[in-house]
Formats: sequence, C-alpha cells, structure tokens
Amino acid sequence: MKFGMLSRWLLVGEWKAHLTQAAVAIIAIALGVALGFAIHLINTAAFNEFSAAAKSLSGQSDLQVRGAQSTFDESFYPALAQHNGVEAANPVLELDVAIPSSPGERKNTTLKILGLDIFRAASIAPDLIGIPAEDRLFDILADDAIFLSSAAMEWLKVKRGDPLQLRVGTQTITLRVAGGLVRTRAGQRIGVMDIGAAQWRFQRIGQLSRIELKLMQGINHEAFKKTLAQELGAQHVVTETADQETRVANMSRAYRVNLNMLALVALFTGAYLVFSTQALSVVRRRHQFALLRVLGLTRRQLLKQILLEGAILGAIGSLLGLVFGYAAAAAALDFLGGDLGSGFFPGIQPNVHFDSFAAAIFFMLGLGVTLLGSAAPALEAARAQPAPALKSGSEDAALSKLATPWPALACLGLGGLLTQLPPIFNLPVFGYLAVALLLIGGIALMPRLSALIFSAVFFAAAKSTSKAVPILALARLANAPNQAAIALGGVLASFSLVAAMAIMVTSFRVSVDDWLKHILPADLYVQTAASGDTRGFMPDEMKAIAAARGISRADFFRSSQLMLDPSRPHITLIARPIDWTDPANTLPMTGEAILPALLPKDAIPIWVSEAMVDLYDFTLGKRVTLPIGASSPTFIVAGVWRDYGRQFGAIQMRLADYQALSGDRKVNDAALWLQAGVSTEQVIESLRRLPFGSALEFSEPGQIRALSLNIFDRSFAVTYLLEAVAIIIGLLGVAASFSAQTLARAKEFGILRHIGVTRRQILGMLAAEGGLLTALGIALGFVLGWCISLILVFIVNPQSFHWTMQLSLPWKGLMTAALALLVSAAFTALVSGRHAVSGNAIRAVREDW
Amino acid sequence: MQFFIRRNRTHIFGSRKCKYPILLARTMVLWLSFVAACAFSAPPQFSPVLPSVALTFPHDFGAHPGFRTEWWYVTGWLETPDKSPLGFQITFFRSATELDTANPSRFAPKQLIIAHAALSDPRAGKLLHDQKSAREGFGLAYTREGNTDVKLDDWHMIREENGRYQTSVSADDFTLRLSLTPSQPPMKQGENGFSRKGPRPEQASYYYSEPHLKVTGTVIHNGKPIAVTGSAWLDHEWSTAYLDPGADGWDWVGVNLDDGSALMAFQIRGKNGDKVWAYAALRDASGRTTLFTPEQVEFDPQRTWRSPRTDATYPVSMRIQTGPTEWLLTPLQDDQELDSRQSVGAVYWEGAVTVTRDGKPAGRGYFEMTGYVKPLKL
Repeated sequence: MKFGMLSRWLLVGEWKAHLTQAAVAIIAIALGVALGFAIHLINTAAFNEFSAAAKSLSGQSDLQVRGAQSTFDESFYPALAQHNGVEAANPVLELDVAIPSSPGERKNTTLKILGLDIFRAASIAPDLIGIPAEDRLFDILADDAIFLSSAAMEWLKVKRGDPLQLRVGTQTITLRVAGGLVRTRAGQRIGVMDIGAAQWRFQRIGQLSRIELKLMQGINHEAFKKTLAQELGAQHVVTETADQETRVANMSRAYRVNLNMLALVALFTGAYLVFSTQALSVVRRRHQFALLRVLGLTRRQLLKQILLEGAILGAIGSLLGLVFGYAAAAAALDFLGGDLGSGFFPGIQPNVHFDSFAAAIFFMLGLGVTLLGSAAPALEAARAQPAPALKSGSEDAALSKLATPWPALACLGLGGLLTQLPPIFNLPVFGYLAVALLLIGGIALMPRLSALIFSAVFFAAAKSTSKAVPILALARLANAPNQAAIALGGVLASFSLVAAMAIMVTSFRVSVDDWLKHILPADLYVQTAASGDTRGFMPDEMKAIAAARGISRADFFRSSQLMLDPSRPHITLIARPIDWTDPANTLPMTGEAILPALLPKDAIPIWVSEAMVDLYDFTLGKRVTLPIGASSPTFIVAGVWRDYGRQFGAIQMRLADYQALSGDRKVNDAALWLQAGVSTEQVIESLRRLPFGSALEFSEPGQIRALSLNIFDRSFAVTYLLEAVAIIIGLLGVAASFSAQTLARAKEFGILRHIGVTRRQILGMLAAEGGLLTALGIALGFVLGWCISLILVFIVNPQSFHWTMQLSLPWKGLMTAALALLVSAAFTALVSGRHAVSGNAIRAVREDW
Repeated sequence: MQFFIRRNRTHIFGSRKCKYPILLARTMVLWLSFVAACAFSAPPQFSPVLPSVALTFPHDFGAHPGFRTEWWYVTGWLETPDKSPLGFQITFFRSATELDTANPSRFAPKQLIIAHAALSDPRAGKLLHDQKSAREGFGLAYTREGNTDVKLDDWHMIREENGRYQTSVSADDFTLRLSLTPSQPPMKQGENGFSRKGPRPEQASYYYSEPHLKVTGTVIHNGKPIAVTGSAWLDHEWSTAYLDPGADGWDWVGVNLDDGSALMAFQIRGKNGDKVWAYAALRDASGRTTLFTPEQVEFDPQRTWRSPRTDATYPVSMRIQTGPTEWLLTPLQDDQELDSRQSVGAVYWEGAVTVTRDGKPAGRGYFEMTGYVKPLKL
C-alpha cells in the first residue's frame, strides 16, 4: 500500500470517527482568524477612508501652512501668495460648526465647513467647488449660501433651496443650501461656502485655518518647506500631505494596535485548542500508531502524518476564518461604520477592501499556530517506542514531557523581565510580549501544578472520606496530571484572559468615574453647543450669566487647540480659573505640584496632562515655550494632572494669563455653583430668560458623567465581544478534551463497570473531575489574569494612551463568570462522558489484550 | 469697443482644471440680470451713466468702482524682426458684485477682476489665449483709482505719469511684455465720452479710446523671447446699465488708419440679426471727428468661417458702410476664435484684420464678434 493512500485512509478514518473534535478545532481556528482579519479589515478601511477624506480637504496642494493655534491672522497671506517659488496659494477657513439641536434632544453634531476663495481653490481643490442651480450661478460667491456634500444633505435632511440653521455662539444663523459639491468621498459630510462669507457669518474676520500652496515646477519641496518654516517662525507650522497622514496614523495607531493584539489573543486561544485536540487524539491513537510503526511505517512518515492532520485542520479553519472575517468586516462597516465605537474615525463611510496580503498573513498565522499546536504531540508520537506504546495504560506517560517545568518557568521569568522595558514607537510591544509569555508559561506549568495540587488534595481527601466517587475523581486527577492539564489549560487560558480584560476595563472605568467626579465639581454646566469651533460666549454674555439669580460662583472655560508637532494630533489648551495655591482643588493631579512661592516670576504656570510628559517631555518644573498670542512667552510646568479625555495631550492654564497673552475674550463653557437653597431648575429658568437663553444647553454633572461612561462602555464593546469569544473557545476546549479523554478512557470505564461501579457513579466521577479541574483552572486563571491585568493597567495603557489608573477588581463579575464557567464545564464534561459509558462494558475492555 | 454683454459672457471661474465647464459655462450668459434679481440685505447702489458728466483726465484713466462694470481693452498689431505680423489682445475687466456691503471681511468679493490675453500668430493657425480671475483684495488683484493701474497676480497694466502704459501678462503658452506710448490725445466716444448702447437713454457707458499707441516690447512664445514693435488701440469703458433686452450680440471694429486717422464702429444685433443700435466715429490725424448716426452705419457680411470647435459661423470678412465710405475688413487668419468654454465659458471671435477704404488699403485694426454661438442645450 502506498503511503499516500494510507495517509488518506488514516485521515478520513480519524475524522469520520471524531468529526466533532475536528470541527471544534476548525471552528476555534476559524474564530481566531476571523476576528483578527475582520478587525484588521475594519481598521484599515476606516483608517484609509479617514485619511483619504482628510487628504481630499487639502486638494492637490504641495504644502500647507497652518497656525500653531487653530486659526491665524490672514495678514501674511498676500506675502505667501507672492512668495518666490509659489505658483498658487489657496486660503482656507475650516470650522466645525454646531448644528442647533431641537429642544429636549441632545445631539453632539457639528458640520465641517470650508470657507474657500473659489478663484484660488479652483486650481488646488477643484473637487470642493459648489455646483449652483443653473439660474443662480452667482450663489457661488453669495454670503448666505452654502454648498453641501451629498452625504451632508442626506444627514441634515436638506436639499437645494432649503434653509440650514447653524449655531454661532449664542446666535443661530440661517444659510441657504445652494447646491452640491463637484466631488466628495462617499459618506463625507462637508459644507463649502465663500471664504469672505464664512469669516463674516462665523465671526472669524481676519482669520484663516490654513493656506495651501502649490509650488512651481522644479522647486525642491523639502528645501522650500524648511526655508518657509524658518521664515514663518514658531507661530506657524508648514506641513506636507504626508505629515497629515502621519498625524492621522498617530491619532489612531495605539487604538488599532491594541485591537489587533486582542484579536491575536483570540487566535492564541484557538491554537491552544488545536494543541489539546491533537495531543489527546495522539494519545488516543497510541496503539494504532505503535501498530503502524511495527508494520513498517517510519518515524518520519508518522510525524508527517500527524502534522498533515494539523495542517489540514489549520488550512480549513484559516480559510473559513478569512471568509467569515471578510463577511463580518463588511457587515460591521455597513451597519456600524468604521468606528467600532472608538470615536477615532467619525463622519466617514468606508468600504471593505479584500486585502490579499493581510489575508495571506492571517492564513499563515492560522496555519502556523495549528502546526505549532500539532508539533509537540506529533514529535512525541513519532518518538514513542512501539513496544511499550502497544501496552495499555501508557497514555499519561505519553504526555509526561509536558510536565517539565523549566521552559514554563523560563517563559514566566522572561515575561516578568520584559515588563521593565520601555515602549517602542510609542507602542507597548514588550508589554504585549510579556502578556503572551505569561500565558504560555502559565499554561505550560499546569501539568506540574495540577499534579502537585491534586496529589495533596487526594491525600487529604483519602484520609478524611471513604466515598468512592470523589476519591476516584481525585485519584485520576492526581495520577494522570498530564491529560488533566490539557483540559485545565483551556479553562486557564480563557479565564485568565477574561479576568485580565475585566480587571483592566473595571480599573479604567472606576478611574474614569472618579476622575469625572473630580473634574465636574460645579452644580451646573452651560454651553451653547456640545462641540464645534463656533460655540461660546462673548464677554457681555458671560457677565449676564454670572449675574443671574441664584448663582454663587461662575467659572468660565476657554478651550482651543495647539499644534506643537505637525506629525502629531493637536493638543488641547484649556484656560480656566485655577487656584494655584492648591491646583488639586480644580485638577485631578497625579502627584506633587509646584507651589506659587516656588514658581519663578518670569514664567507663566501651566498644568499638563500625563500625555504631555510622555509625548513632549513636559516634565514637572520644566520651562517651555508655547505659541500663544503674538509672542512666544516662557511657561513653567507647575503640575501634572490625569486626563482620560484627550490622549494626545492637554494643557491647562489660568484664564487671566491666557486672555492677557492672546487677547481672546471668548469662552466656550461655563460652570455654575448655586447658592444654598436654590434648585437647578430655578437657575435654568432664570438663565432661559436671558436674551440668548434659548441658545443655552444645560448639563448637570450627573448627566455628563452618565454620558461619558456611556461613551466609555461603547468604546469597550469590542472588548466584551472578545471576552465572550475567549469564553466560548475555553468551553470548546473543555468539551474537546473531555470527550477525547472519555473516549480514550473507554477501557477504564469498562473495568470500573466490571468491578461494580454504576454508570451514574462514573458520570458523577466525570462531573466531579470536570468541576474540580475547572475550579483549579479558574483559581489559577484568576492569578494569571490578575498578573496580566497588572501589565495591561500599569504598562500597556500608560504606554499606549499615556494615562495612568488605579487597579480595581470586579469581584462580582468575575465570580459570575467563574460560576458560569464552572457549571458549564462540569456539564460539558458530563455530556461528553455520556457517550463513553453508554457502550457495552465487555466490548470496552476486550481490546485490551 | 467691447460691449456690456461681453462681461456677461465672460466667466469668472478661471481655472483650466475645472472639470465641470458646462455647468459653469452657462453662468455668464444671464449673469447680471440674475445678480440683480437676488435679494440681498444691503446691496450696493451703483452710479448711473449720465450725459451731463464730462470725462476728466487723468482721474478717468483710473478705475470707477462705483459703476457696475469696467474694462481696459488693448488690441493691436505687432511685427517681429523678420517682419511677420502678430495680433494681440490684453483685457482687464472689473465687475462689482451686489453682495451685502456690510461684510467686513477682506475676502468679501465686492469687486471681481478678470483678465484675458490672446496672441494671434498665423503660423500657429489659431488663437493662443489664456485668462485669469480673482476677487479684488490683499494687493493681489486690484484696479486703482486716479490713473490706470490694474493687477491680477502677475498680470498687470499701469499707466505712467507721461501717459505710457506698461503691461505684462504671463499666459500658459506665451508671455507679453509691452510698452504702449500714445501718439494722439484720447478719443472720447459718443457725446464727449457718453456712449449710447441702445434706444433707451440709460443704455449707455462712459467710453474713451486711445488709438495709434506705439508698441515696443517682447513676446515670449515657445520659450524664445522676440523683440516686437507695432501699433495698438486701447478702450476704457465703464457703465452700470444693461444692454437692451432684445440684443443678441454685436460686431465691433477699431482701426488705426495709415494716415493717422482712427475709425471705431459697432452694431448691436437683435435676435434675428437685425440692427438694434449702431455707431461709428472717424477721427482724422488733426483731431477732427465725424460721428455717424445709427442709420448711417451698415454692417454687411462678405465671407463666413465656421468654427470646428463651437460650430459657430462668423462673418470673418465684413463690409462696413459709414455714410458715403465703404470699409472692408479681411482677417489676419480665419481662426481667431477665443473658445474658453473648457475653462471660463466665454466664446467670441476677436481678431486682427486689415482694412481697405473704398477698395484701397487703409490700415489695420481689430474686429470683434460676439453672440454667434448657439446657446448650449442641456
């Protein structure tokens, strides 16, 4: 007989007999690959679309000149337009303008509006030109007209000729929708109007957001950019389109990498499942293989055979995973958009593109981990001496190599060491490696640990009780620890992942909740819109609010954006009253602050978020310059505070300092403290009576907290999905290893039946085994998960998102998950076992010759 | 002489890259009337054109932003060192919009500046042309008051104290850098500069010409600078009123005659090609001017040429009768159509012509025909 035919025959025979186990292994691999591939596709599609949409806003320009602040004075536009080497200059005013929400409805919606000079934009950004009605061509310059992309029209439910209301400060202005745009990306919500009209209507007279430059042919872009940057000084930033891409990439990279890592974890659990299936299948077929060896099959051939089995499982699983992942990505993008709840990619409508390179990678990954999972059992089976292997009862010995603790301890030790290393490219690469090593080490250590623990329990139990079933179960677990360890590993892997993620998310959530309480000390918050560049109050409106009846104190906030590094996203500058003798009163400080007496007289104090320390090295006590106002004065970092709201960095300074520097008298939001005995409703009512009262939006701290936590939960929804997948894979592992074991143990059960043990008792024994194993798996999984969560909380999070948090344990959730896992594992063990004991006891022992 | 419809047919959105020419091309056809129809909160009040206001120089060489439209229009014949003839055209338009004057933004498009330039080289076989447009402001585009000083990015025309004009335009395919020196005083058209354009008295403009400008300068074509000399004609015209509603197009000619006299004639055609209004003035070298009434001026097509691009048929050779005198216009080349539908939307024929007077060679000038393109049907 040819080897090929034998090989096929063996494969088909094995899978026909154990279809469920093969299917489970395939499903596990498919799930892991699907999750990874889908997340990759969604992120890539969202990122590419977001990047393309951002790029489409700057047209075909070579360079963009921006202010370090979000807008800058237009006065140097003519000089730039006539600069040597500049062929065309396109001035742009870009604002996110709030759409007024109807009463009772809380919408956080802004429309991106570009103010363009059509004559200048025509050569640089021809796609962004409005298309007026044929009989109203002059609308293109009109000061009451706006042109909307089709996605914006659909979203705002307006068409050509309709009025469109926008909120500017406390006022509502009405523009006329004059038509569509030449070409925008699908889903891109933008509006375009005349730049002069935009400056006027949005109260930005003399202000520009950027000037786009097209250089003459033969001009060296890099050299020109450098010269121009020097000429313009620190108040302006010269960027290329590539910088913009880098900025978008930087903005979402940590988030994307973290999601991909979570997907890899799912794949890892799947690989573990393949390992357990293959290991047990090899054990089960020990006699078969020994017989084949005796009949002349070489070691090589046997090794090849087992690896081939693994490879086929892996290939089918990975292919299924790719198909399923693609479908899932397409569905998710269709129904949820590319955002995955993170808020990183708003206002776009990406389409999924099959990425063959990534598909190949994920296929190889799926196949690779399956082969890896099959390698150890295959090697063991190939190395086994045929003669002893033919004897009965050698199954556990077959797995004895797994009991060597050294590789496992080495993994754990190395994992511990890796936690001490710094991030690479702002990514916690070593943190993730440490997590992987802890998982591998923990699982590899299981046989040894379970033998130790169950032996101890067995001896203790043997002394105190004489009940057969528990003793039998314990004896089995204590004396065949290697097979037990495989089931245990599945439980351990899934529960440790669940525990680690749950602890991380809870720690984060509790920290965010505490933080929200700290940053929302006032009784009532007032603004004209939830977000956007046009919200805010003028000085006389501030006075009117502060003077309203029932208010004991009113704090006003001015927040704006600063660009300190063109390749990074903006940082946020918040100006507000800060008590510098005790900044912790206002800010959630992380540590010591410099007291006013110790602050130098010539520097203005600022308090920076943790991200500023990580990204810009704004350490406590450091003197820095910031491009605020006309001059670039010196500031001193007087303290560091915790910020979960802005991972790219935020700076707080005193409103008086900011106003003195910038001359900017506007504020965005107001925080109000009420007089004793006055209710929130009374104050809202008195503020509503102000001339601009109808434009005010009120929020109580409780509402803001609830809203923020809601957003938090939404952004972690994907994590919950991953936890669920981990649990399912873990349970599949328990089911696979128990059904494999119980089938392999048919002889053992046959003998037990012969010596008078009832079927019921055997089932009880199986349930007890399952329960005990799972209990141990859960206990150890908790310990391992806690260790991993420490890495996530104290290494991965600060390195990825630049914020620290306190550890909090979700006892209740973990208990529930543990209990559910325990019950379902025992039940799974029971169900798997029913099949093994249902056969004829005589036949079960007959093959033991 | 450059009529008011000309403005209408000129497109403001001057980009070669614009991919939606047809939508934009229709813009200008009825532009002014629709601007007028828009209900703006505080539209500007434009000055009327009145016969009682006399032209005053040098002030009237400059811009008149109080009027709706204005242009400086230079056409002429050039000669290269190898004695080959070239025709050229340089035009700057100013157009006031009817936007709310309350907008304090420096970007508010209160005045638009549009410029056209063309070079007619018989060896090229067609007209080379380019155009630009911008809103006035930031010193990048302007028309100044007090003396001729107009600029649109790197295109400009300025009148020096001594009356000489310096102009420079860098078009896509050619560059013109010319000095234009007057050899005669300005020729006030109509009644002392009050030039009627139709049967109604408000259908009029302020209009003077500077014929027999001596040209020296450089033409850069195909990368080679060529020194040129020649003779040009400048029109400066400003107005607020519209053309007669019945008008469909016009024919205009300005001729520098070899004996030092200057002829300007135009007719405004109605929908079926009939004469709505006409005018002609002949000034001899000593400054004596003969004016002709609408009835005394007849335009009579001699030969037509059909544009392969626009399908329009132009009477490129025209016989003009002014009183007892008969003039015959012969084009330097047939294809002098300025077709910028792909960019700014304007289509007209503007070309160098040689002129005979009662059958004898008499001079050279520029002939303009508009309104020969059938309106696009969408």
